[in-house]
Amino acid sequence: MALSGNIFLVITLLTTILILFESINQIIKSVASYKILDLLSKVQVTAIITSFLLLICAFIISDFSVINVYENSHTAKPLFYKISAAWGNHEGSLLLWINLLIFFAFIFFRSARKKNEENKYILWVLLFQNIIVLVFLLFLLISSNPFLELNPQPVEGLGLNPILQDPALAIHPPLLYVGFVGSSIYFSAALSSLVTQQNKRQFALSIKNYVFITWFFQTLGILAGSIWAYYELGWGGFWFWDPVENSSLMPWFAMNALAHSLIVLEKKNIYYHWSIILALMTFLLSVTGTFLVRSGILNSVHSFANDPTRGLFILLILFTLILISIFVFFRHEKENFLNNSHIKSREFFLLINNWLMVFFLAVVLIGTTYPIFLQVISDQLISVGPPYYNFLIVPFAIPMLLLMGLATKLSWNQNNSLLKKNHLAYLVLSFLVLIIINITIQNISFLSSVIFISAFFLIFQNLHEIVIFLKTKKTLMNYHFSHLGFALLILFIGLNHNFSREYNFNLTPGEKVDLDHYEIEFKNLQQTNRENYNVLVGNFLIQNKKTGKEKMFFPEIRLYNNPQTITYEADIATQVDLDLYLTMSNLPRSEFYSIKFQSKPFMLWIWVSVFLIALGLISKFFLRRYGKID
Amino acid sequence: MLVKKSRNRLLILFLFLLVLGSFTILIINTLKDNLLYFFTPTEIKNKEDIASNKILRIGGMVKKDSVRSSRSGVEFIITDFKNEIQVTFDGSLPNLFSEEKGVIAQGMLKDKEFFIADKVLAKHDENYMPPEIKKIEKK
Repeated sequence: MALSGNIFLVITLLTTILILFESINQIIKSVASYKILDLLSKVQVTAIITSFLLLICAFIISDFSVINVYENSHTAKPLFYKISAAWGNHEGSLLLWINLLIFFAFIFFRSARKKNEENKYILWVLLFQNIIVLVFLLFLLISSNPFLELNPQPVEGLGLNPILQDPALAIHPPLLYVGFVGSSIYFSAALSSLVTQQNKRQFALSIKNYVFITWFFQTLGILAGSIWAYYELGWGGFWFWDPVENSSLMPWFAMNALAHSLIVLEKKNIYYHWSIILALMTFLLSVTGTFLVRSGILNSVHSFANDPTRGLFILLILFTLILISIFVFFRHEKENFLNNSHIKSREFFLLINNWLMVFFLAVVLIGTTYPIFLQVISDQLISVGPPYYNFLIVPFAIPMLLLMGLATKLSWNQNNSLLKKNHLAYLVLSFLVLIIINITIQNISFLSSVIFISAFFLIFQNLHEIVIFLKTKKTLMNYHFSHLGFALLILFIGLNHNFSREYNFNLTPGEKVDLDHYEIEFKNLQQTNRENYNVLVGNFLIQNKKTGKEKMFFPEIRLYNNPQTITYEADIATQVDLDLYLTMSNLPRSEFYSIKFQSKPFMLWIWVSVFLIALGLISKFFLRRYGKID
Repeated sequence: MLVKKSRNRLLILFLFLLVLGSFTILIINTLKDNLLYFFTPTEIKNKEDIASNKILRIGGMVKKDSVRSSRSGVEFIITDFKNEIQVTFDGSLPNLFSEEKGVIAQGMLKDKEFFIADKVLAKHDENYMPPEIKKIEKK
């Protein structure tokens, strides 16, 4: 297995080099005959996918002659987690990364020819993309080869960290990677476009679909990670502003800004250099983010930095590139940004989106990287608390929601009236809903109230547009779904934040505790053995005092053997309106069990909203047949 | 007309710089207010100016046989093998919290020997050790 894996890696390496030579050759001679390149890229993509499938096979049959399998798997592990273990480790995930790099190159090569893009442009994209492939492939072969052999072959593997044995976390890296790695194709395209002096609008048309597809996967990847954190980490939170999470959020902001600036580039032929910068930035942020996470350099809630100096180098490169882009931006785009005579035009509002995104990006980037710099300079260990992010990001959701509501009704170019009569209706409606919430449930803080009003404003506007579409089947923009999803997300996060309740207490089996709305009885404990762990299951009866409804909860304390680990599994009752969340943990030398009980409203809807955002991003691919899609 | 246009542009540029500047100051100030400093028990002991009303983090190993629990919460000792600090915590402990494993407590100091935590973190890695402890062990 190890040998054949290596053979396919070498075939990939050779074809990559050949593609590089061939594309350089064709660029110099300025000819374009795709016959050889077509063949080479087919061999390349087949070889790399085969090598990845071989690695998965090695994990399935538990071939411990491969070091990587020995270190990360175990025969007693369920099949699904054997497969996901293939990309759950550093070497395997790097191989997946290269797979995607080549796959995107392959797709681009095919579709660009179909779309009759300029030959020179295609060749340069191919060239840049394969340089990236080459770099990562060499890195893989030299320092992190997943097919290293172990001799003699051990009988049993070391196992995978049980916390990582989870369906959401199994699909989380591949989803994120499609987003991260997919951005490489517009990185290459941006460079190619600069080199070939391509038509500016053409650049937008060429990469637009890739941006939306990668953005879609990035969103789903972040969603899967959040869901995992929610039920696995046992705190009941879904976003911690953890550096690891931040590094997936930063490319997301960049993609968001890029998608919006490309719309302007396509329509108005401005912001070309700005779009180029964003395209380059997205991939750079993806690479640095992944590197920092995978190498354990980031200081996170559940991990601590190993050696910050290693990360410093990468960060310095990133910041140098950011400085260069600022310089490029001021050279080329200053005019477009300063000379906008139509403040009330749609392009100006899209520009505001870009500024907001850049601001969020800067906030997260500084918050994430500052501790690394400080530690290197002064040896002082720090972390940046969530209030930093909340304070700087949450208030800006208000102008964002309101401007999103206004912007989509504006036309291009002209100075048209900002407020349509509908807007006033939406606003009045939003106020009414807020007053109803305030009266029926409880008082809400001023900031939350304003956020709710702006969220409702955007929700009503988009719902109205979608209703119009369903009636007339005339026009629908794909952003309506994403914008609606975003507004709903902010609304449900806000409601969740305002109405969540948390109780911590210690109990022994047989005891009861009386809380505001609930009564909890710790009935007993059961010990059982399962497939690859032993488990203590707590039986809890929770009664809602208002409705009298009763429900049993079974939180678990699991003892895994390979490797030896204790984990606490929350029992979560997901209902339409709220989640009840119960975790139990044991305390050394004590008959008490530490219990955490939470009621968290609208959790389900937070996930649904993010899913709606993601769906909106690709809706244009299947909504196209219904009338005009912008 | 031309004068007006260039004056307009100057105004926009000025506004742009003003906004940029104020946002930079905003970010830096917020950052300064929300930094959580990390100390080992030894650093706490040697520190002259301990602000008792500031949230900070203390890291080290959970001392063997030090965890005591009652109905109201948990007490344990964080050690760096030179000095120790007593921690009380009334929330629920995270996955992978155990004696003789690395731990981070976030909260406030009552005095140099006593720490009231409002959050306890443990790393999701069986081989985890806080960097300070690694440093100490290397010596």
